[in-house]
Amino acid sequence: MTSVLRLFRDIASESYNDEGYASNTSLEQIDVEAIVCNIYRRFEHKAAIDPSLPKLIRKAHCNVLKDWLMHLPGNYSCLDASRPWLIYWILHSLWLLKKLPDAETLSKVVNFLKQCQHKDGGYGGGPMQHSHLGTTYAAVNALSIIGTDEAYDSIDRSSLQTFLWTLRDVDGSFALHNGGEQDIRGAYCAASVAKITNIYTEALFDKTAEWVISCQTYEGGFAGCPGMEAHGGYAFCGLACLALLDRTQLCDIDALLRWSVNRQMRLEGGFQGRTNKLVDGCYSFWQGGIFPIISAILAKDNKELIETVLFNQGALQEYIIVCCQSPEGGLIDKPGKPRDIYHTCYTLSGLSVAQHGTGTGESLVIGASETELNRVHPLHNIAPHMVYNAVHYFIRHPPPVKDDN
Amino acid sequence: MSDCGDSDAGWIFYKDRPDWNDIKPVPEDDGITPVVVIAHSEKFEDVYDYFRAILQKDEKSQRALELTKDAVELNSANYTVWQYRRELLKELGTDLRSELDYVESVIKISPKNYQVWHHRRVLVEWLQDPSQELDLTAEALLHDPKNYHAWQHRQWAIKSFRLYDKEIEFVDSLLSDDVRNNSAWNQRYFVHNNHTGWSDMNVQREICYTLEKIKFVKNNESAWNYLRGILLHDKRGINGNGVVTAFCEELYKNRCRSPFLLAFIIDVCEEAIKKNETNGFHNVERAKELCTALATKYDKIREKYWMYLRDRFEMYVCVNGENSQ
Repeated sequence: MTSVLRLFRDIASESYNDEGYASNTSLEQIDVEAIVCNIYRRFEHKAAIDPSLPKLIRKAHCNVLKDWLMHLPGNYSCLDASRPWLIYWILHSLWLLKKLPDAETLSKVVNFLKQCQHKDGGYGGGPMQHSHLGTTYAAVNALSIIGTDEAYDSIDRSSLQTFLWTLRDVDGSFALHNGGEQDIRGAYCAASVAKITNIYTEALFDKTAEWVISCQTYEGGFAGCPGMEAHGGYAFCGLACLALLDRTQLCDIDALLRWSVNRQMRLEGGFQGRTNKLVDGCYSFWQGGIFPIISAILAKDNKELIETVLFNQGALQEYIIVCCQSPEGGLIDKPGKPRDIYHTCYTLSGLSVAQHGTGTGESLVIGASETELNRVHPLHNIAPHMVYNAVHYFIRHPPPVKDDN
Repeated sequence: MSDCGDSDAGWIFYKDRPDWNDIKPVPEDDGITPVVVIAHSEKFEDVYDYFRAILQKDEKSQRALELTKDAVELNSANYTVWQYRRELLKELGTDLRSELDYVESVIKISPKNYQVWHHRRVLVEWLQDPSQELDLTAEALLHDPKNYHAWQHRQWAIKSFRLYDKEIEFVDSLLSDDVRNNSAWNQRYFVHNNHTGWSDMNVQREICYTLEKIKFVKNNESAWNYLRGILLHDKRGINGNGVVTAFCEELYKNRCRSPFLLAFIIDVCEEAIKKNETNGFHNVERAKELCTALATKYDKIREKYWMYLRDRFEMYVCVNGENSQ
């Protein structure tokens, strides 16, 4: 299915009206719109003479990602406690771009992740760091992307299950590490890891769904913890966690849908993370990824909905391809921001969701056909077949010790 | 990505410090096939080589405590360093008041970091003294009124130590600065939901407050979302409050076409239909008309959503038709 680009005239007509009452929020929004509008205007001129536009500069993205997989500049010292995250973001991006590294390189990654593995079964941010649920999620996803027996077998599932138990609180919530903070990321990462590696038990997630639903706010989205503001990243964690636990019936889906659709920016086309905040490329996935899950839930009552996602797929693709590509490779939050690995992963993941929707209908690709990316599983954000392969490998190879908690 | 800040003159490497010469540094062991190798500064590597050595030895000493400060300065997101620092504080019986000052200074440099705020929270829990938390978070919110971490810490302190007394005033002042600050609206809801409660009088007072704000800025989604939120606590529901519905119809009559107003009227219609309380203003036809207007004119980016809702209203017609037969 092809889609028509929005006309610049129509985009510009959506600009913000502060109704004569300027405030920080409106001033910042107007600034971003001016920059984005300018980019869309120049783009329309260029596209008029070059029919191959808009184009994803695959080669540049693949090259920089492959460099990043080996070496990173010193300003990444701030992510020295997130190295499995860096690996997952890079491998997932490369897979989306259909350019996974060769087997030898992937085997190197498996070796390195073993170095990050703690004897308690989880994975730390780097060698000799404590286990952290976030980096454990990232490592398990990365190993599932690699998908070899060597990768699967490197996970110590018995200990991993014990590790998850140590993070669980009686109310069903999970801390991110021992002695660490506790929020909805913990519940999602624990559920995702437990499902993929087949160490999930009812007891391990007793009351977790109830705790997660206590984070749904009056706006309809989910917060990091009860009482806080609805937020894109946490909303994804909340809904995906409920779906993994098969408890989405607890969720007020109409309210979540209302909140989610309203996060798409009328001029920019991308998503904001919270009401009255600015657009950011990473929410292309955190917000965009919510829609296929919502469709699957709504389709229980109305089968037709499984073929559609209820946001503007074309406008999101425009924002990502026209406004979020760094010419040297890598993707960004918004024009004017520097590229980084996190934003590269989540804008590309969002682009994939915008192209493929729920994955059951026809794809909708803005720009040249080579812009089309691989498809993702909306609950784990790796390829659907990679989830399937991992789950089935682990079913065939049960962990040595059963959960006796 | 912020600069990790490690370019101070006069710095002495740990490997050159006589009081550390009993320690054999432990370099990072990336294994035989390293990947995602970060080009750390020499200072970074030196500090972390010694941190790993201390961690491995499980040395609980004053010098180890000082070392964790240097490690934090180079990467304040290293949760292992913070966790070890907390173990050291306990073991050494360090004065936690000075630790509060220390973490405050780190928060000022890195206000958007999970670890610093968590450290602060643990200290306050240990001391059972939340007396500085409202000021600390107010200061952080002065610089960034939507800082999620600061709000989360503030809510935790307020809830744990019952510090609700002046919170509505605080929210008011933020909303007068920026009526579009959604975090402040959320905090308003938090206070009522956890403290003031949803008595009928309070609900009506909040409704008046919100409508006043909407009168000035009609396109403010935060205020509309809050209005819908408080009406969840109005016994008469979203369609039964005459003040609210009259207010909306007045805006509509005066040609206001804010998508949030139209969306709200659609919700009123939906509830009226569900409760069998439709009238000339709030019925299936009106809801469908508004959905079409939003999809084609006032909120085109959400066309698919509005058409989906419109289809749902069609189904109400079918269902109601069947019932009446």
